[in-house]
Amino acid sequence: MKNDTRSRNHPAYWAFVVHRISGLALTLFLPLHFWALGNALHGEAKLETFLRWSDQPLVKCAEVGLVLLLAAHLTGGLRLLMLEFMDWRHVGDSHKTLLACAAGASAAIGLLFLLNLL
Amino acid sequence: MNTLKVKIWRGAESGQFQEYEVPRLESQTVLDVVTYVQRRLDPSLAYRFACRVGVCGSCAMSVNGVSRWTCRTHVDKVAKGDTLEIAPLRNLPVIRDLATDMREFFDKWAKARGRFTGAQTRKDEFAEVKPESKQRKAVDAAIECIGCGVCYSSCEVVTWKPDYLGPAALSRAWTLANDVRDVAQKERLAAVAGDAGCHSCHTHLNCTERCPKGISPTAGIAGLKRLVLAATLKGDL
Amino acid sequence: MNTRSQVLLWGAQRASAMLLAVCVLVHLITIIYAVRHGLSAAEILGRTRGSVAWGLFYATFVAAVAVHAPIGVRNILAEIGWRGRGVDVLMFVLALTLAMWGLRAVWAVVS
Repeated sequence: MKNDTRSRNHPAYWAFVVHRISGLALTLFLPLHFWALGNALHGEAKLETFLRWSDQPLVKCAEVGLVLLLAAHLTGGLRLLMLEFMDWRHVGDSHKTLLACAAGASAAIGLLFLLNLL
Repeated sequence: MNTLKVKIWRGAESGQFQEYEVPRLESQTVLDVVTYVQRRLDPSLAYRFACRVGVCGSCAMSVNGVSRWTCRTHVDKVAKGDTLEIAPLRNLPVIRDLATDMREFFDKWAKARGRFTGAQTRKDEFAEVKPESKQRKAVDAAIECIGCGVCYSSCEVVTWKPDYLGPAALSRAWTLANDVRDVAQKERLAAVAGDAGCHSCHTHLNCTERCPKGISPTAGIAGLKRLVLAATLKGDL
Repeated sequence: MNTRSQVLLWGAQRASAMLLAVCVLVHLITIIYAVRHGLSAAEILGRTRGSVAWGLFYATFVAAVAVHAPIGVRNILAEIGWRGRGVDVLMFVLALTLAMWGLRAVWAVVS
Protein backbone atom coordinates (compact mmCIF):
# COMPACT_ATOMS: atom_id res chain seq x y z
CA MET A 1 0.00 0.00 0.00
CA LYS A 2 1.15 3.53 -0.69
CA ASN A 3 0.82 6.76 1.24
CA ASP A 4 -1.56 9.48 0.18
CA THR A 5 -1.38 13.24 0.75
CA ARG A 6 -2.42 12.92 4.40
CA SER A 7 0.95 11.47 5.30
CA ARG A 8 2.89 14.00 3.20
CA ASN A 9 1.09 17.10 4.42
CA HIS A 10 3.82 18.82 6.43
CA PRO A 11 6.04 21.86 5.72
CA ALA A 12 9.26 20.01 4.84
CA TYR A 13 7.48 17.92 2.21
CA TRP A 14 5.97 21.03 0.66
CA ALA A 15 9.46 22.50 0.59
CA PHE A 16 10.57 19.43 -1.36
CA VAL A 17 7.71 19.86 -3.86
CA VAL A 18 8.68 23.50 -4.42
CA HIS A 19 12.36 22.53 -4.81
CA ARG A 20 11.60 19.82 -7.34
CA ILE A 21 9.16 21.86 -9.43
CA SER A 22 11.42 24.93 -9.43
CA GLY A 23 14.49 22.86 -10.32
CA LEU A 24 12.75 21.15 -13.20
CA ALA A 25 11.19 24.38 -14.49
CA LEU A 26 14.53 26.22 -14.34
CA THR A 27 16.26 23.39 -16.23
CA LEU A 28 13.61 23.57 -18.95
CA PHE A 29 13.88 27.37 -19.09
CA LEU A 30 17.69 27.45 -19.39
CA PRO A 31 17.96 26.53 -23.10
CA LEU A 32 15.46 29.30 -23.87
CA HIS A 33 17.44 31.78 -21.79
CA PHE A 34 20.68 30.81 -23.54
CA TRP A 35 19.00 31.09 -26.93
CA ALA A 36 17.75 34.60 -26.11
CA LEU A 37 21.20 35.81 -25.05
CA GLY A 38 22.70 34.09 -28.09
CA ASN A 39 20.82 36.65 -30.21
CA ALA A 40 23.66 39.04 -29.38
CA LEU A 41 25.91 36.98 -31.68
CA HIS A 42 24.00 38.61 -34.56
CA GLY A 43 24.47 42.10 -33.20
CA GLU A 44 23.04 44.41 -30.58
CA ALA A 45 19.98 45.19 -32.72
CA LYS A 46 18.91 41.54 -32.76
CA LEU A 47 19.06 41.35 -28.97
CA GLU A 48 17.19 44.66 -28.71
CA THR A 49 14.41 43.26 -30.94
CA PHE A 50 14.04 40.32 -28.60
CA LEU A 51 14.02 42.52 -25.50
CA ARG A 52 11.31 44.72 -26.95
CA TRP A 53 9.26 41.60 -27.71
CA SER A 54 9.70 40.61 -24.06
CA ASP A 55 8.08 43.86 -22.90
CA GLN A 56 4.63 42.26 -23.26
CA PRO A 57 2.78 42.02 -19.94
CA LEU A 58 2.47 38.23 -20.22
CA VAL A 59 6.24 37.81 -20.65
CA LYS A 60 6.87 40.16 -17.71
CA CYS A 61 4.54 38.03 -15.58
CA ALA A 62 6.47 34.94 -16.59
CA GLU A 63 9.71 36.71 -15.65
CA VAL A 64 8.41 37.43 -12.16
CA GLY A 65 7.49 33.75 -11.88
CA LEU A 66 10.96 32.71 -13.01
CA VAL A 67 12.72 35.01 -10.55
CA LEU A 68 10.51 33.62 -7.80
CA LEU A 69 11.38 30.06 -8.85
CA LEU A 70 15.09 30.88 -8.93
CA ALA A 71 14.92 32.55 -5.52
CA ALA A 72 12.95 29.62 -4.08
CA HIS A 73 15.43 27.10 -5.48
CA LEU A 74 18.30 29.15 -4.05
CA THR A 75 16.94 29.59 -0.54
CA GLY A 76 15.48 26.07 -0.43
CA GLY A 77 18.80 24.71 -1.66
CA LEU A 78 20.73 26.61 1.02
CA ARG A 79 18.34 25.13 3.59
CA LEU A 80 19.08 21.62 2.28
CA LEU A 81 22.84 22.21 2.34
CA MET A 82 22.58 23.40 5.94
CA LEU A 83 20.55 20.34 6.95
CA GLU A 84 23.00 18.02 5.20
CA PHE A 85 26.30 19.60 6.17
CA MET A 86 25.80 21.35 9.49
CA ASP A 87 25.51 19.89 12.97
CA TRP A 88 21.90 18.75 13.36
CA ARG A 89 21.76 20.12 16.90
CA HIS A 90 22.26 23.61 15.48
CA VAL A 91 19.94 23.45 12.47
CA GLY A 92 17.84 20.31 12.62
CA ASP A 93 15.94 21.01 15.78
CA SER A 94 14.82 24.32 14.35
CA HIS A 95 14.34 23.12 10.79
CA LYS A 96 10.88 24.66 10.58
CA THR A 97 12.25 28.08 11.47
CA LEU A 98 14.88 27.59 8.79
CA LEU A 99 12.15 26.72 6.31
CA ALA A 100 10.16 29.83 7.22
CA CYS A 101 13.27 31.97 6.68
CA ALA A 102 13.89 30.36 3.28
CA ALA A 103 10.28 30.92 2.19
CA GLY A 104 10.31 34.51 3.46
CA ALA A 105 13.60 35.33 1.74
CA SER A 106 12.48 33.97 -1.62
CA ALA A 107 9.18 35.86 -1.42
CA ALA A 108 11.10 39.04 -0.57
CA ILE A 109 13.42 38.59 -3.57
CA GLY A 110 10.44 38.00 -5.86
CA LEU A 111 8.70 41.11 -4.53
CA LEU A 112 11.86 43.21 -4.87
CA PHE A 113 12.10 42.17 -8.53
CA LEU A 114 8.43 42.97 -9.11
CA LEU A 115 8.77 46.41 -7.53
CA ASN A 116 11.84 47.22 -9.62
CA LEU A 117 10.07 46.05 -12.74
CA LEU A 118 7.11 48.34 -12.28
CA MET B 1 -22.42 6.66 25.45
CA ASN B 2 -20.42 8.16 22.63
CA THR B 3 -19.54 5.81 19.83
CA LEU B 4 -16.67 5.88 17.41
CA LYS B 5 -17.12 4.91 13.77
CA VAL B 6 -14.00 2.95 12.89
CA LYS B 7 -13.05 1.89 9.37
CA ILE B 8 -10.55 -0.98 9.44
CA TRP B 9 -8.73 -2.48 6.48
CA ARG B 10 -9.73 -6.10 5.84
CA GLY B 11 -7.95 -8.37 3.38
CA ALA B 12 -4.42 -8.37 1.98
CA GLU B 13 -3.04 -6.05 -0.75
CA SER B 14 -6.50 -6.09 -2.22
CA GLY B 15 -9.30 -5.71 0.24
CA GLN B 16 -11.63 -3.03 1.58
CA PHE B 17 -12.43 -1.01 4.65
CA GLN B 18 -15.05 -2.40 6.97
CA GLU B 19 -16.86 -0.17 9.42
CA TYR B 20 -17.31 -0.95 13.12
CA GLU B 21 -18.89 0.94 15.98
CA VAL B 22 -16.79 1.08 19.12
CA PRO B 23 -17.73 2.74 22.42
CA ARG B 24 -15.61 5.81 23.03
CA LEU B 25 -13.83 5.90 26.34
CA GLU B 26 -11.63 8.33 28.19
CA SER B 27 -7.89 8.03 27.46
CA GLN B 28 -8.62 5.37 24.85
CA THR B 29 -5.75 4.47 22.53
CA VAL B 30 -6.03 3.38 18.92
CA LEU B 31 -4.72 -0.03 19.97
CA ASP B 32 -7.58 -0.23 22.53
CA VAL B 33 -10.00 0.33 19.67
CA VAL B 34 -8.47 -2.41 17.50
CA THR B 35 -8.41 -4.79 20.45
CA TYR B 36 -12.07 -4.06 21.22
CA VAL B 37 -13.03 -4.88 17.62
CA GLN B 38 -11.10 -8.15 17.68
CA ARG B 39 -12.37 -9.30 21.07
CA ARG B 40 -15.99 -8.17 20.88
CA LEU B 41 -16.97 -7.72 17.25
CA ASP B 42 -14.85 -9.77 14.89
CA PRO B 43 -12.34 -12.32 16.21
CA SER B 44 -10.95 -12.92 12.72
CA LEU B 45 -9.24 -9.48 12.67
CA ALA B 46 -5.46 -9.86 12.37
CA TYR B 47 -3.12 -7.33 13.99
CA ARG B 48 0.12 -7.25 15.95
CA PHE B 49 0.98 -5.94 19.39
CA ALA B 50 2.94 -7.02 22.44
CA CYS B 51 3.91 -4.59 25.20
CA ARG B 52 1.18 -1.90 24.93
CA VAL B 53 3.54 0.68 26.44
CA GLY B 54 5.67 1.90 23.54
CA VAL B 55 8.69 -0.31 23.98
CA CYS B 56 8.38 -3.30 21.67
CA GLY B 57 7.64 -1.52 18.38
CA SER B 58 5.17 -4.07 17.02
CA CYS B 59 1.82 -2.21 16.93
CA ALA B 60 2.49 0.45 14.29
CA MET B 61 -0.34 1.07 11.82
CA SER B 62 -1.59 3.77 9.53
CA VAL B 63 -4.15 5.89 11.41
CA ASN B 64 -6.15 8.35 9.31
CA GLY B 65 -3.45 8.08 6.67
CA VAL B 66 -0.51 8.73 9.00
CA SER B 67 1.77 5.98 10.34
CA ARG B 68 1.79 5.84 14.13
CA TRP B 69 2.48 3.61 17.13
CA THR B 70 -1.08 2.74 18.07
CA CYS B 71 -0.50 1.83 21.72
CA ARG B 72 0.53 5.36 22.58
CA THR B 73 -1.71 7.24 20.19
CA HIS B 74 -4.81 8.57 21.92
CA VAL B 75 -8.03 8.50 19.95
CA ASP B 76 -8.75 12.08 21.09
CA LYS B 77 -5.61 13.30 19.34
CA VAL B 78 -6.24 11.68 15.95
CA ALA B 79 -9.98 11.08 15.47
CA LYS B 80 -11.66 13.27 12.88
CA GLY B 81 -14.88 13.96 14.74
CA ASP B 82 -16.17 10.51 15.56
CA THR B 83 -14.37 8.65 12.80
CA LEU B 84 -11.12 6.75 12.60
CA GLU B 85 -9.51 4.97 9.66
CA ILE B 86 -7.05 2.22 10.54
CA ALA B 87 -4.94 0.51 7.88
CA PRO B 88 -1.71 -1.51 7.77
CA LEU B 89 1.70 0.19 7.48
CA ARG B 90 2.62 1.43 3.98
CA ASN B 91 5.53 0.32 1.80
CA LEU B 92 5.32 -3.25 3.14
CA PRO B 93 3.41 -6.26 1.81
CA VAL B 94 0.16 -6.81 3.70
CA ILE B 95 -0.23 -10.33 5.09
CA ARG B 96 -3.76 -9.87 6.36
CA ASP B 97 -5.81 -6.98 7.72
CA LEU B 98 -3.46 -4.85 9.87
CA ALA B 99 -0.47 -7.20 9.85
CA THR B 100 2.35 -6.48 7.38
CA ASP B 101 5.25 -8.65 6.33
CA MET B 102 8.23 -6.95 8.01
CA ARG B 103 10.92 -9.19 6.47
CA GLU B 104 12.00 -6.67 3.84
CA PHE B 105 12.26 -3.99 6.52
CA PHE B 106 14.58 -6.04 8.73
CA ASP B 107 16.50 -7.57 5.82
CA LYS B 108 17.53 -4.03 4.94
CA TRP B 109 18.96 -3.54 8.45
CA ALA B 110 21.20 -6.51 7.73
CA LYS B 111 22.05 -5.13 4.27
CA ALA B 112 23.06 -1.81 5.86
CA ARG B 113 25.40 -3.80 8.11
CA GLY B 114 23.26 -2.97 11.08
CA ARG B 115 24.96 -5.47 13.34
CA PHE B 116 27.81 -4.64 15.68
CA THR B 117 31.19 -6.06 14.71
CA GLY B 118 33.69 -6.03 17.55
CA ALA B 119 37.29 -7.21 17.79
CA GLN B 120 37.60 -7.81 21.52
CA THR B 121 37.08 -11.02 23.43
CA ARG B 122 35.75 -11.73 26.89
CA LYS B 123 39.33 -11.72 28.14
CA ASP B 124 39.78 -8.07 27.21
CA GLU B 125 38.99 -5.15 29.49
CA PHE B 126 35.64 -3.41 29.09
CA ALA B 127 35.73 -0.96 26.23
CA GLU B 128 35.23 2.60 27.36
CA VAL B 129 32.80 4.85 25.53
CA LYS B 130 33.01 8.35 26.91
CA PRO B 131 29.48 9.74 27.39
CA GLU B 132 30.61 13.27 26.58
CA SER B 133 32.46 12.31 23.39
CA LYS B 134 31.24 13.86 20.14
CA GLN B 135 30.54 10.49 18.53
CA ARG B 136 28.55 9.17 21.47
CA LYS B 137 26.51 12.36 21.66
CA ALA B 138 25.77 12.23 17.92
CA VAL B 139 23.74 9.05 18.40
CA ASP B 140 21.96 9.98 21.63
CA ALA B 141 18.60 9.94 19.87
CA ALA B 142 19.12 7.22 17.26
CA ILE B 143 20.02 4.47 19.76
CA GLU B 144 16.49 4.75 21.19
CA CYS B 145 14.97 3.28 18.00
CA ILE B 146 12.40 0.54 18.71
CA GLY B 147 12.21 -0.71 15.11
CA CYS B 148 8.49 -0.03 14.73
CA GLY B 149 8.68 0.71 11.00
CA VAL B 150 6.80 4.03 11.16
CA CYS B 151 9.64 5.88 9.39
CA TYR B 152 9.93 3.21 6.69
CA SER B 153 6.19 3.35 6.15
CA SER B 154 6.25 7.16 5.91
CA CYS B 155 9.25 7.40 3.58
CA GLU B 156 8.45 8.53 0.07
CA VAL B 157 11.84 7.46 -1.30
CA VAL B 158 11.13 3.86 -0.24
CA THR B 159 7.94 4.04 -2.33
CA TRP B 160 9.82 5.42 -5.34
CA LYS B 161 12.89 3.19 -5.06
CA PRO B 162 11.99 -0.18 -3.56
CA ASP B 163 15.68 -1.08 -3.13
CA TYR B 164 16.34 2.02 -0.97
CA LEU B 165 17.49 0.90 2.48
CA GLY B 166 15.17 3.31 4.26
CA PRO B 167 15.45 5.55 7.33
CA ALA B 168 15.50 2.91 10.09
CA ALA B 169 18.29 0.76 8.61
CA LEU B 170 20.38 3.83 7.76
CA SER B 171 19.82 5.36 11.19
CA ARG B 172 20.97 2.08 12.73
CA ALA B 173 24.07 2.16 10.52
CA TRP B 174 24.71 5.72 11.74
CA THR B 175 24.71 4.58 15.38
CA LEU B 176 27.34 1.93 14.55
CA ALA B 177 29.36 4.31 12.38
CA ASN B 178 29.83 6.30 15.60
CA ASP B 179 30.63 3.27 17.73
CA VAL B 180 34.34 3.45 18.56
CA ARG B 181 34.42 -0.31 19.31
CA ASP B 182 33.15 -1.36 15.86
CA VAL B 183 35.75 -2.62 13.39
CA ALA B 184 33.67 -2.96 10.19
CA GLN B 185 33.43 0.76 9.41
CA LYS B 186 34.65 0.65 5.80
CA GLU B 187 32.37 -2.24 4.93
CA ARG B 188 29.42 -0.47 6.53
CA LEU B 189 30.05 2.79 4.68
CA ALA B 190 30.27 0.82 1.43
CA ALA B 191 26.99 -0.90 2.26
CA VAL B 192 25.09 2.36 2.84
CA ALA B 193 26.62 4.36 -0.07
CA GLY B 194 25.05 5.47 -3.29
CA ASP B 195 21.68 5.34 -5.03
CA ALA B 196 20.17 2.53 -2.92
CA GLY B 197 21.66 4.00 0.24
CA CYS B 198 21.94 7.29 2.07
CA HIS B 199 22.55 9.44 -1.01
CA SER B 200 19.00 8.89 -2.23
CA CYS B 201 17.53 10.68 0.78
CA HIS B 202 15.81 13.93 -0.26
CA THR B 203 15.44 15.37 3.24
CA HIS B 204 11.64 15.22 2.94
CA LEU B 205 11.78 14.74 6.73
CA ASN B 206 8.78 12.38 6.61
CA CYS B 207 10.66 10.04 8.97
CA THR B 208 11.68 12.86 11.30
CA GLU B 209 8.13 14.18 11.32
CA ARG B 210 6.59 10.81 12.17
CA CYS B 211 9.07 8.98 14.42
CA PRO B 212 7.21 8.28 17.68
CA LYS B 213 10.48 8.36 19.61
CA GLY B 214 11.38 11.81 18.34
CA ILE B 215 14.43 10.51 16.49
CA SER B 216 15.55 12.22 13.30
CA PRO B 217 16.77 9.50 10.95
CA THR B 218 17.37 12.35 8.48
CA ALA B 219 20.15 13.63 10.76
CA GLY B 220 21.90 10.26 10.80
CA ILE B 221 21.46 9.82 7.05
CA ALA B 222 23.02 13.27 6.48
CA GLY B 223 25.92 12.19 8.69
CA LEU B 224 26.37 9.03 6.61
CA LYS B 225 26.29 11.04 3.38
CA ARG B 226 29.24 13.08 4.65
CA LEU B 227 31.20 10.11 6.02
CA VAL B 228 30.76 8.15 2.78
CA LEU B 229 31.77 11.12 0.61
CA ALA B 230 34.85 11.72 2.74
CA ALA B 231 35.82 8.04 2.53
CA THR B 232 35.25 8.04 -1.23
CA LEU B 233 37.40 11.13 -1.75
CA LYS B 234 40.14 9.55 0.37
CA GLY B 235 39.97 6.48 -1.88
CA ASP B 236 38.78 4.19 0.90
CA LEU B 237 35.68 3.06 -0.97
CA MET C 1 27.05 2.88 -12.61
CA ASN C 2 29.14 1.75 -9.65
CA THR C 3 28.55 2.95 -6.10
CA ARG C 4 31.69 5.07 -6.06
CA SER C 5 30.48 7.06 -9.09
CA GLN C 6 27.05 7.46 -7.49
CA VAL C 7 28.65 8.95 -4.38
CA LEU C 8 30.81 11.27 -6.49
CA LEU C 9 27.74 12.41 -8.44
CA TRP C 10 26.06 13.30 -5.14
CA GLY C 11 29.19 15.16 -4.07
CA ALA C 12 29.38 16.97 -7.40
CA GLN C 13 25.79 18.11 -7.09
CA ARG C 14 26.38 19.48 -3.58
CA ALA C 15 29.67 21.14 -4.56
CA SER C 16 28.05 22.73 -7.62
CA ALA C 17 25.14 23.80 -5.41
CA MET C 18 27.52 25.70 -3.12
CA LEU C 19 29.07 27.43 -6.11
CA LEU C 20 25.64 28.12 -7.62
CA ALA C 21 24.42 29.66 -4.37
CA VAL C 22 27.01 32.42 -4.83
CA CYS C 23 26.39 32.72 -8.60
CA VAL C 24 22.59 32.87 -8.27
CA LEU C 25 22.83 35.50 -5.55
CA VAL C 26 25.02 37.70 -7.77
CA HIS C 27 22.69 36.97 -10.70
CA LEU C 28 19.57 37.96 -8.75
CA ILE C 29 21.15 41.20 -7.55
CA THR C 30 22.23 41.99 -11.13
CA ILE C 31 18.75 41.22 -12.49
CA ILE C 32 17.00 43.41 -9.94
CA TYR C 33 19.49 46.20 -10.57
CA ALA C 34 19.28 45.86 -14.36
CA VAL C 35 15.49 46.00 -14.68
CA ARG C 36 15.11 49.23 -12.71
CA HIS C 37 14.87 51.37 -15.84
CA GLY C 38 13.86 48.61 -18.23
CA LEU C 39 16.15 46.22 -20.07
CA SER C 40 18.02 47.40 -23.14
CA ALA C 41 20.54 45.59 -25.30
CA ALA C 42 22.91 48.56 -25.13
CA GLU C 43 22.92 48.57 -21.35
CA ILE C 44 23.39 44.79 -21.05
CA LEU C 45 26.15 44.56 -23.62
CA GLY C 46 27.73 47.75 -22.29
CA ARG C 47 28.20 45.94 -19.03
CA THR C 48 29.43 42.62 -20.40
CA ARG C 49 31.30 43.25 -23.68
CA GLY C 50 35.01 43.00 -23.19
CA SER C 51 34.68 42.28 -19.50
CA VAL C 52 36.90 39.38 -18.45
CA ALA C 53 35.36 39.39 -14.98
CA TRP C 54 31.77 38.96 -16.21
CA GLY C 55 32.97 36.44 -18.79
CA LEU C 56 34.64 34.30 -16.14
CA PHE C 57 31.69 34.68 -13.80
CA TYR C 58 29.11 33.56 -16.36
CA ALA C 59 31.36 30.74 -17.65
CA THR C 60 31.66 29.41 -14.08
CA PHE C 61 27.91 29.82 -13.63
CA VAL C 62 27.21 27.82 -16.81
CA ALA C 63 29.68 25.08 -15.86
CA ALA C 64 28.17 24.72 -12.39
CA VAL C 65 24.62 24.53 -13.72
CA ALA C 66 25.65 22.00 -16.38
CA VAL C 67 26.87 19.76 -13.55
CA HIS C 68 24.01 20.48 -11.15
CA ALA C 69 20.89 20.18 -13.32
CA PRO C 70 21.50 16.84 -15.10
CA ILE C 71 22.24 15.10 -11.76
CA GLY C 72 18.92 16.38 -10.45
CA VAL C 73 17.11 15.23 -13.59
CA ARG C 74 18.79 11.82 -13.24
CA ASN C 75 17.37 11.52 -9.71
CA ILE C 76 13.90 12.44 -10.89
CA LEU C 77 14.05 9.89 -13.72
CA ALA C 78 15.30 7.17 -11.35
CA GLU C 79 12.35 7.84 -9.07
CA ILE C 80 9.82 7.39 -11.85
CA GLY C 81 11.50 4.15 -12.86
CA TRP C 82 13.96 5.21 -15.60
CA ARG C 83 17.37 3.90 -14.63
CA GLY C 84 20.44 2.38 -16.17
CA ARG C 85 23.21 3.09 -18.59
CA GLY C 86 20.97 4.62 -21.25
CA VAL C 87 19.72 7.29 -18.84
CA ASP C 88 23.25 7.99 -17.58
CA VAL C 89 24.51 8.53 -21.12
CA LEU C 90 21.52 10.76 -21.85
CA MET C 91 22.31 12.85 -18.75
CA PHE C 92 25.92 13.20 -19.86
CA VAL C 93 24.71 14.45 -23.23
CA LEU C 94 22.34 16.85 -21.45
CA ALA C 95 25.26 18.19 -19.38
CA LEU C 96 27.42 18.73 -22.46
CA THR C 97 24.55 20.36 -24.37
CA LEU C 98 23.78 22.75 -21.51
CA ALA C 99 27.47 23.61 -21.17
CA MET C 100 28.02 24.27 -24.91
CA TRP C 101 24.74 26.12 -25.38
CA GLY C 102 25.40 28.18 -22.26
CA LEU C 103 28.97 29.03 -23.20
CA ARG C 104 27.71 30.14 -26.62
CA ALA C 105 25.40 32.59 -24.82
CA VAL C 106 28.27 33.82 -22.63
CA TRP C 107 30.43 34.33 -25.72
CA ALA C 108 27.57 36.22 -27.36
CA VAL C 109 27.33 38.83 -24.61
CA VAL C 110 31.02 39.08 -23.73
CA SER C 111 32.79 39.10 -27.11
